[in-house]
Amino acid sequence: MLSVKGLTKVFNIGTVNEKAALKDISFSLDEGDFVTLIGGNGSGKSTLLNCIAGVYPVEHGSIIIDGLDVTKLNEHKRAGMLGRVFQDPMLGTASNMGIEENLALALRRGQRRTLRWGISNKEREQYKKLLKRLELGLEERLSTKVGLLSGGQRQALTLVMATLKNPRLLLLDEHTSALDPKTAQMVLELSDQFIRESRITTLMVTHNMRDAIKHGNRLIMMHNGRIILDIRDEDKQKLTIEDLLKRFGKASGEEFDNDTALLS
Amino acid sequence: MTDILLGAVTLGLLWAVMTIGVYITYRILNIADLTVEGSITMGAAIAASLISKGVNPYAATLFALFGGMCAGFVTGLLHTKLRIPPLLSGILTMIALYSVNLRIMGRANISLLRVDTVYTALYNLGLNRAMAVTVLGFFCVLGLICILYWLFGTEIGCAVRATGNNPQMARAQGINTKSMIILGLVISNGLVALSGALISQSQSFADVQMGIGSIVIGLASVIIGEVLFSRTSFFSILISLALGAITYRVIIALVLKMGMPANDLKLFTAITVAVALSLPMFRAYLSPVKRSFREDD
Repeated sequence: MLSVKGLTKVFNIGTVNEKAALKDISFSLDEGDFVTLIGGNGSGKSTLLNCIAGVYPVEHGSIIIDGLDVTKLNEHKRAGMLGRVFQDPMLGTASNMGIEENLALALRRGQRRTLRWGISNKEREQYKKLLKRLELGLEERLSTKVGLLSGGQRQALTLVMATLKNPRLLLLDEHTSALDPKTAQMVLELSDQFIRESRITTLMVTHNMRDAIKHGNRLIMMHNGRIILDIRDEDKQKLTIEDLLKRFGKASGEEFDNDTALLS
Repeated sequence: MTDILLGAVTLGLLWAVMTIGVYITYRILNIADLTVEGSITMGAAIAASLISKGVNPYAATLFALFGGMCAGFVTGLLHTKLRIPPLLSGILTMIALYSVNLRIMGRANISLLRVDTVYTALYNLGLNRAMAVTVLGFFCVLGLICILYWLFGTEIGCAVRATGNNPQMARAQGINTKSMIILGLVISNGLVALSGALISQSQSFADVQMGIGSIVIGLASVIIGEVLFSRTSFFSILISLALGAITYRVIIALVLKMGMPANDLKLFTAITVAVALSLPMFRAYLSPVKRSFREDD
């Protein structure tokens, strides 16, 4: 489904600040895989997601989604296959536009945009049904500007937008880490629910080891631009935080340095 | 006095076309586009030189619109393809247009005194000069408001709005943000040139200097429209832009009538815009809830 081969990304090439963020990364996802991606700061997990989404061009390697080589494809051209939720709740939605207008933009992802009216009454019914499931009362406020919503509401809306068209691959980039614990839990539960229901292949970056263990069928850990652990299915179900720390130490030869991952 | 006010309303209607163009870049695309200083003159230059050569005035006005769209396209290419910052892209096109406009006109000034203009048909119906311009200006603005309301409600229009509001989100939703920026600049500068063509025909001359300071007039009209009139829906915003342009002209007519020298006009306009743009800052400063820090610095 997704196949990444020999991916290398270097920032600031040829300057003193040159930094290899991804070093020859290869892995592949099967249809319906729900992968949690974990690692310390600067391990390259967000960079990996951004490279898959086409935000950054890559130096070497290839990215193949559904048999289609997207390595050279522009960000907006890949968007039709992807659903994305960002860390910053402000980034995923257009604040000056209404809730329904944002959803209508997402519904047309990957389609040719025409001079037809930007939103239809039939869609509105669909949006109401979808928003009702969030239990945030957004279905009654379809024309409210998104800028008036809270961070948690915006993130929940972004999640609905990302999964609206059953993307081939869902990319969640620490999408709960800017929210308060209770809201983060709500958004995470919703994500889990959506992903399982439609069996969406998902790559979820998280800082939180407990979440990484609890959700998904596979766990990938990155360190210094490389994948150092890839645990799946039964092995993953038996995993504990202590295990994970021990295996991290063995694989990387270092102590895990991320407090937030340990404390939360 | 009535004459002065009517004159101001008439002129305001023609400038409203330009104001709507400025709104598209300044508010919808979130770009301060200085191309308009050149494209308003370009519209006037194309219309005047074609009309003085005997071209049908309606066709000449359409050519002016098209010329402005080309100017916007150039700024769009400079910004999106060559990655020059938008402000600088606009300045480059504006400067280039000064020479282009002189080439189009062949000299610095063209008179349109004894030729047919788009207003001639209305004089022939028995309307006086001012009324003819007012009627045509009114229907032109009304038509544009309807067209733009429709355009920015379509799928493509929504994509342009999303691009100006949050380009990252727009790209994640599969929108080609570069094309949308170019499209917005093309529409905006087309309208500005159309406005220039209408203005030159109503004042019976085109001058290569006439665009100087027009961006500030456009911004002043946008801000006056937003502050004084409704901004609840897109349709009411478009109407308030037209009212803002008219109000600006009325204010200018009044201060001139009160004895301000015409040479001080641009200074007055610049100060008005500076004050209007800084209003939110003053409001925050004067509000009872004192902030310990400001977000933006």
